[in-house]
Amino acid sequence: MYKKICSKYEPTKDNLIHILHEIQDTHPQHYISDEAVEEVSKYLNLPTNHIYGVLTFYSMYSTTPRGKNIIRLCESPPCYIKGSENILRKLKVLLGVETGETSKDGLFTLELSACLGVCGNAPVMMINEDVYGDLTEEKVEEIIEKYRRAQ
Amino acid sequence: MKYYRSHVLVSINDTSINAGVKDFIQALRAELAKTGLQEEINVLETGPLGFFGRGICLTVYPENINYQDLKTEDIPELVNEHFLKGRPVPRLMLDSDSKFSPKLNYDQRVVLRNSGIIDPENIDEYIGVGGYEAWEKALTQMQPMEIVEEVKASGLRGRGGAGFPAGIKWSFSAPLEAEQKYVVVNAHDGEPGSFKDRLIKEGDPHQLLEGTMICARAVGATKAWIYIRGEYKLCIQRLEKAIAQAREYGILGKNIFDSGFDLDIEIKIGAGAYVCGEETALIESLEGNRGNPRWKPPFPGVEGLWRKPTVVNNVETLANVPFIIQNGADAYRKFGTPECSGTKVYTILGDVAHPGLCEVDMGTTLRTIINDYAGGMKKGFRFKAALVGGAAGVILSERHLDVKMDFASLNQYAAVLGSGAILVMNEHQSIVDILWSILRFFRHESCGKCAPCRNGCQQLYKLINKIKKGNGTMDDVEVMLTVAEMMQATSFCALGQSPIMGIRSAIENFKDEFIAITKK
Repeated sequence: MYKKICSKYEPTKDNLIHILHEIQDTHPQHYISDEAVEEVSKYLNLPTNHIYGVLTFYSMYSTTPRGKNIIRLCESPPCYIKGSENILRKLKVLLGVETGETSKDGLFTLELSACLGVCGNAPVMMINEDVYGDLTEEKVEEIIEKYRRAQ
Repeated sequence: MKYYRSHVLVSINDTSINAGVKDFIQALRAELAKTGLQEEINVLETGPLGFFGRGICLTVYPENINYQDLKTEDIPELVNEHFLKGRPVPRLMLDSDSKFSPKLNYDQRVVLRNSGIIDPENIDEYIGVGGYEAWEKALTQMQPMEIVEEVKASGLRGRGGAGFPAGIKWSFSAPLEAEQKYVVVNAHDGEPGSFKDRLIKEGDPHQLLEGTMICARAVGATKAWIYIRGEYKLCIQRLEKAIAQAREYGILGKNIFDSGFDLDIEIKIGAGAYVCGEETALIESLEGNRGNPRWKPPFPGVEGLWRKPTVVNNVETLANVPFIIQNGADAYRKFGTPECSGTKVYTILGDVAHPGLCEVDMGTTLRTIINDYAGGMKKGFRFKAALVGGAAGVILSERHLDVKMDFASLNQYAAVLGSGAILVMNEHQSIVDILWSILRFFRHESCGKCAPCRNGCQQLYKLINKIKKGNGTMDDVEVMLTVAEMMQATSFCALGQSPIMGIRSAIENFKDEFIAITKK
């Protein structure tokens, strides 16, 4: 599977970030495994430590398995002054997790993120690729419920 | 061309897509057809409208009435009342009390002149408003050095942060002999509260491409890269589409317009690191490395991407270029002040009545921006402070409301103008709290390459945490200043040099608050 993804790109180092994105996006647990790192290392002819270096530098990558849905709540100043801390508290209670953890049912991983660039609708979170703005505690509850029902 | 009685502009963005804007538009068109209005009312899918409403938003021209948070159920009422009987529906309007609508200064816009008017996904609409004429002119009627001279004469300064004159930057790379040169578009847009570049790309992607092309021609680059944050999916899709359309039309590719000039543009995406907005860190990231900044000199203009001469420009900077080439430097200098020509794009957020996007002359005061373009303060709130320029920005107080916003007048505070983020705070917000949020951000985003920034950001966060909890003293406040000053003097890149801006301005402008909280 990893080989197939790699082969879509030219084997040059500048494609590393794109390859890692695709591997992570297509993995059901949204992470990059040791096995994937080995494959990419062979394909790009790069030492694995370079790949780990890149993986751990950028906040969008994960080296540990994550839930089916990744929640990324913005904690930057514009969302902060609009009460993102309350939203975070609510999410923690709803999901029964701390920041960075995955819920027991494996449905959600809760993460914090720097500015998502939707500050006009602060506070904001992303679930996977979808942006949810103007959050209130009630709205968060509805959104989480929607994802649970979609199960 | 068909004439319509009214145009309905629907904003397609992340928030509205989520609220089901595509189904909404279909239902709206169906309803218009049902009432026989489809020949009279034109529904257009477009980019940012200039205000950030909730959910699905639209503007109706020529009445200039804005609606927000529309649901499919509202369509019959909207069509029947507004479009059929000509009676706008206050219940659904952006602001039914004051009838506020953002000031639309299209005749005074450069960067956003098409934004919200044309369909950004259709190259024909861009060409229809004069798009790519400047590119043709640059390619067939001008020598590369003439382009550089024109941009120099326009006085265009970089809109990324530091405000370095763009023409001078280009003039470093243009005369160099090299087998390959590059143009890199810095579309990282990571400054918290600033997302003007995203809105420029989403509203009018072709104008950015055109500016990039002209820059490439001026410096002799045959390859350009656009570096975008991985989080901006819609933006990436729109630009990919725009590039594909330009290639199809032969505006990009080999031997463009029979000039013998070849150019291709590609998109590279990031993976979440604030420091990658710094030009050398961005180049590292483009090459597939950790985004650690490089030592300067050599500057990227001489040795950049893969050690080749590389011009790195911000999105807004390049989006200004087609206008300059098309209309000349003199026309451009009519905007702004004598020292700082042109316009500036801002995103206004926080406790204003209507958060929004605007483009105004350089030198427009904060007061004008807040009152005319954001409808003043939110009802019942007073202005206390504004964080201008994002996390690397400054906290301005009431006495700065009438200071001209340009690189020259803001002098010591000027470095922050670029990112164009204005976050307005009301009298109940705590300055210590906002500073805490800023310093937490820096602690997270320091790349760790150099000791002053790596350790300094940690220490600053510890100190502000202590102060915020009420356990700090005025000595701690002084230490914060000393640490941040040391970081400014010794950090490797602009990231570590930035926390001083917020800290110093917060303490200078709101000293009472620090005194009060440390006395507890």
